Order: sequence, then structure tokens, then C-alpha cells
Amino acid sequence: MSLKIRKGIPLIDQHDKNGMWGGKFGGNFVPETLKKPIEDLENLFSKLRKDKSFIKERDYYFENYVGTPTPLIRLDNLTDHLGGAQLWAKVVSENPGTAHKVYACIVHCLIAKRAGKRYVCTDTGAGMQGKNLAMVAKKFGLKAKIFMGLRDLVRQKKNVDVMKKYGAEVVPVTSGSQTLVDAVSESMRYWVANCQDVHMVIGSTVGPSIFVKISGYSTSQISRELKVQLIEEFGKIPNKLKLLNCVGGGSSAYGFWSEFIDYDKKHVSLIGVEAGGSKKSKLHAAPLSNNSKLGVLHGAKAYCIQDNDGQIGETESLSSGLDYPSVSPLHCFLKDSGRAEYTSATDEEALNAYKLVSKLENISPSLEPSHAFATAISLAPKLSKDTILCIDSCGHSLKDSDIIKEKLGFYTE
Amino acid sequence: MKSEIQLTFENCKRENRPALLTYTVASDPNKKKSLQIINSIAKYADIIELGFPHSTPVGDGGQIQTSSNRAIKNGFKMRDTFQIANKFKKNYKNKPVILMGYYNMIYQYGENKFLKDCKKSGVSGIICVDLPWPENKDFAKKCKKKSINFIQLLAPTTTKDRMRKIIKDSHDMVYYISMLSTTGGKLKVSPKKILQNYNKIRKINPNKNVVIGFGITDKTISSLKSAQGLVCGSFLCKTITDSLRLRHNPAEKLGKVVYNLKKKIL
Ligand SMILES: Cc1ncc(COP(=O)(O)O)c(C=O)c1O
Repeated sequence: MSLKIRKGIPLIDQHDKNGMWGGKFGGNFVPETLKKPIEDLENLFSKLRKDKSFIKERDYYFENYVGTPTPLIRLDNLTDHLGGAQLWAKVVSENPGTAHKVYACIVHCLIAKRAGKRYVCTDTGAGMQGKNLAMVAKKFGLKAKIFMGLRDLVRQKKNVDVMKKYGAEVVPVTSGSQTLVDAVSESMRYWVANCQDVHMVIGSTVGPSIFVKISGYSTSQISRELKVQLIEEFGKIPNKLKLLNCVGGGSSAYGFWSEFIDYDKKHVSLIGVEAGGSKKSKLHAAPLSNNSKLGVLHGAKAYCIQDNDGQIGETESLSSGLDYPSVSPLHCFLKDSGRAEYTSATDEEALNAYKLVSKLENISPSLEPSHAFATAISLAPKLSKDTILCIDSCGHSLKDSDIIKEKLGFYTE
Repeated sequence: MKSEIQLTFENCKRENRPALLTYTVASDPNKKKSLQIINSIAKYADIIELGFPHSTPVGDGGQIQTSSNRAIKNGFKMRDTFQIANKFKKNYKNKPVILMGYYNMIYQYGENKFLKDCKKSGVSGIICVDLPWPENKDFAKKCKKKSINFIQLLAPTTTKDRMRKIIKDSHDMVYYISMLSTTGGKLKVSPKKILQNYNKIRKINPNKNVVIGFGITDKTISSLKSAQGLVCGSFLCKTITDSLRLRHNPAEKLGKVVYNLKKKIL
């Protein structure tokens, strides 16, 4: 039986009293110690959402610090080159944090201030979350601790330098695969031990349900802007619109889509692109497009790469930001209800997409959104000219310059 | 009929001492040796907690992570947990075994099959780290139906009102987490403070057996001996790690260490 999404209510609020979406995704599978801090956060957040001064402050920082709206641009050269659908990009990376992570970092820091917490901690994979929290925490006078897998620390060193510049403490995580999954675990462990003084931030729409909600609430700014921009550009929401977004944990995609979920899927289709890993390898980080089983990871029930016993499986992706074995309960719900579809792109396809896009256009997507560009590039020629393919360019490539140089022999910003 | 767990606590009470509960990981360092270890520990321990290792244990610190990784690397499969428990119970008929782990492992095994295999192998209770109340209501009921103890956890952050509700849904034993920490942390709260909280819990329902865990080592155990039960885990996992490094026989070493712990609470 397929699940039903209700109209007129944000998807983040369509959970039951246990924080489960569609009766089967999400929840709060956490150690007892965290129940109270989570409940406090739930209460505070639900109060703040109705608080005009909080919303005013949020919007102030979105406007004057992030800069709203981030540009929506037509990719003329890419469109001509591919022949077929019109390609557009919302260049979310054009903000001081160069990624969509900035929205939730601002909202979380505002919440932390109101909760009277002076410390924040978070996980990071690509380093975008770490960089943004470091940056925003400094602005708000909070001390940030960033957990990052050692493997990511090496491959995304540029962002680590920025975190340190902003005065954050970066803690290398050496357990497990030394990537994002371990960073999230370690950040949660730190919160278990320090929940009275520390506000935990999770870098995507994953984790216990309140973190899914706050993350999705924050990135929704992207689709609020997009809706206005599309109407300005086309006079209405185009008849054949496809919104493409890479999916790691899924906060970027949820934020890009949230205003459009109520539209009929023939009108606005939602396409999520997961990380397929190297084409030479069986490993990937794409639980939705590989039909991974339902499992419990980091407090939430969601589709998850794992073995028969329930041990979390190894993942692989050239893009640290997508390299996570599970995915947001929101996307599990969107998939099972049939509202969104999910596919994956390989490392090689993402690199080729980066190469083509950065050559033809004046944008430079990081490896994560390059996955979405890869799918767009393969779809566009097959689609009619009145189809609008809009891609969320949610990260800037600078952090990947070393990887790109190594793989392609050159890097242009 | 009284459960093995209940009888064990009654017995300890008669002897005017706390129950000693030990935690080690199934298949750490391998299947055979982990059985030898609990066989050797059980001479002095009252209740054996056997962990089924998980790759992503968010409630555990370094020592238990190390033990878990070692077990998984050495080929641990969920069914090994039951085989180890089963063999152990052949030697120690009345010594309760409690399985402890993360919910995803139970979920993938299937709750019903898990309980069936618990029953078959003589397991008395279950602690599930990330299945708190009320998320655990259905599963705890299923356990009760099978006469298996579902052991509820309480933490320093648990409110009084929540404690009452949890204790109401608890079976024979309740586990109090001594401090805000993952396992393996240094005891950062004074024993006096821990026992104050502990006594508040005891008052809610004096019929429940409440044990204290987290931060318990050979150094701290005697300061908490007025509790009904004390759980020692990371300290033992670390002892296994150390004895492997020194090429000692971990079963022999663990026997000595647990004997020593027991002496301190008599
Ligand atoms: C640039 C970029 N894009 C996408 C992602 C993945 O984002 P999400 O978890 O929102 O899917 C990340 C995560 O680190 C990122 O840095």
C-alpha cells in the first residue's frame, strides 16, 4: 500500500505523536539520556515557530547575512549544448557559507541562544556544515565543536582550514569508516555526555525527528524563494517543471522542494539524485535508489545501507557530503508515496557534469550538486523544449579543488 | 512464578550485598573465547549481560566500541549471541543472562524471532539502548508475554513524572544511568549524588530492583555498594583489550578482575 501525503501541511509536520512519518519513518530511537533534551528542544521549537520576533530575526539573517534570494539563472549554453529541455540553476551556493547548510545553522544558533546554551556541536562530511556552523556560531558568540571523520578531514581540508579560522574546534573522528556516519555518531555521543550545556546541530534532515524538522524548516527558505522567482520569470509555475537535487541526508532537496510537494507530479516532478559511488565499485551511498531495507540509524527509522544482521554498511562516494548510509525519513516518505523519484549518479558522471557545467556556464558546482547536474544532463536531450529542468546548485566547488585537479588534471573556480 | 532475575536479587538481598552485573560483548575477541570469558566471570558475577555488538553504537564510548569492532571483525553474527547464551546456560542453569544492544539488530532479526530465540537459549532479560519509553511499549509487552524481562533505563535527565511512567511499565529490574555520559566515561558525579538520585527512584516503587551502571570500575565500585545492583562494562572490555595486547588469557584475567570487584562490594 502506498502512503499518502496530506495537502496544505508542511511535510515536516506530517508526523504522528512519536515523530514518525507515514507511520514508519523517523521517530526517536535514542538513549534515555537524550529524551529530555529532545523534548525540551521540541517544545522550544514549536513555541518559537509561532513567535513573531523569532521569525523576524530569522528573516533578518536570511536577508542580510545569507542574502535573499539566491540567484535563479538560465543555463543558456548548457541548454543549447544539450538540445531539449531548458536548464536552470538556483545558485544556492551564492551565500557566505557557499552551501545550503547556512540556513539551518542560523536557525539552530538562534534556538541555542534562546535556550541559553553557549556551546554548539555538529557533524560534518564535506565540511560545509562544519564551516557554516563555525561561521554562524562566531557571529552569534557561541563556541562550536565540529566532529569530522578523519578521511573527510583529509579530502576536504580546505573547509577544515575555514572552520579553524572561525575559531571552531575540529575533532577528528577515527572510528569506523572515518566519514560522515561516524561524525554524526560522535557528535551524538558528545551530546549525550554534555546535553546540559551544549546544543547539538545535525547537518541534514536526519537524526531524531526534531532535528529532521528544524533542518527542513530552515532549508525551506530555498523553495519559498524559488516559487517567487519562477513566477516572476514565467508568470506562473511552468507547466512542465522538474526539480533536480542531490540527496545526501536530504536537507537540500527537501528545502528545494517543500513548496512544490502539493503540486501534481505531472506538473512539478521531484527528482532526487543519490551518490552511486565509483562505477567500478559495488559500493554506493544511495539507499533509496538501491531499495535498501528499513533500518534504525542515529535515532531514526529510514532506508539504510546495512547487512542482514543490521550492521550499518560501508558506503562510497567521491563526494563527502553525500557519503551517508541512510537518508531522511522525509525522503523515504516522498519515495513511498510516489511523490518524488530517486536515482543515482556515479562519481565519474558527477565529475563529467562538473566539467561540462563549469566549462559552459559561469557557475562551479561542488561534487554533490554535480550529481544532480549529471542526471539533468542525461535527461535534458530526451525532453521537450518547454520542459524546465531546474537544478539546485547547493554547493561551491572550491572545497573539491584538490579532488577535481587530481581526477581531471585541472580546476577552474 | 518469579523470574531468575527476581530470585537473584532476592538472594543478594539475603546475603546483604548488591548484585554484581557484568557486561562483555558476544564474540569478543571471538565466539569461543567470549564464552570462556563469561564462564570464568560467572563464578563471581550474579547476572551476565551479554552485548550483541553493533557497528554504530551511539551510546558507547571507546572501550565498548573497540570490543564491538573486534567482535564484528572476527565474524560476529546475531545468531552467535544465542549460541553463546545457550552454551553458557548449560553450565550455569540459574544464572540470569541479559542481552544488551541496539534496536536495529533486533529489528532486522525480527522481534518475534528474537524473543523466540531468547526463550530457547535461556535468556532472562533484554536491554535495548536506543529503544526508550514510550517507543518500547509494544516490544516490552511482547517480552512480558514471553516472561522475558524488558529492562527500562532511567537517566539523570529523566523527569520525575517520566520516571513514574517508566517504572510503571517496567518489569523486575530497572537500570539507572549514573551520569550524563556514554559508557566508559569517568565517574564525574559524586557517589553521594548518584545514590541520592538512586534512592529517589527506589522510593517510587520499592518493589523494583534498581541497578546502577556507567562509570563503574574497581576504583568506584565500593562507593556505590549500597545499591541493589552494580553494572560493570567498559572496565571489563578494556581489560580484554589490555590482556590481548599483553598476550594474556583474557578469560583467566577477567575471572580475576571480577573476583576482585566482587570482593569490594561484600
Ligand atoms: C554542497 C553540498 N551539497 C549537498 C550535501 C548533502 O546535503 P543533504 O544532506 O542536504 O542532502 C552536502 C552535505 O554536506 C553538501 O556539502
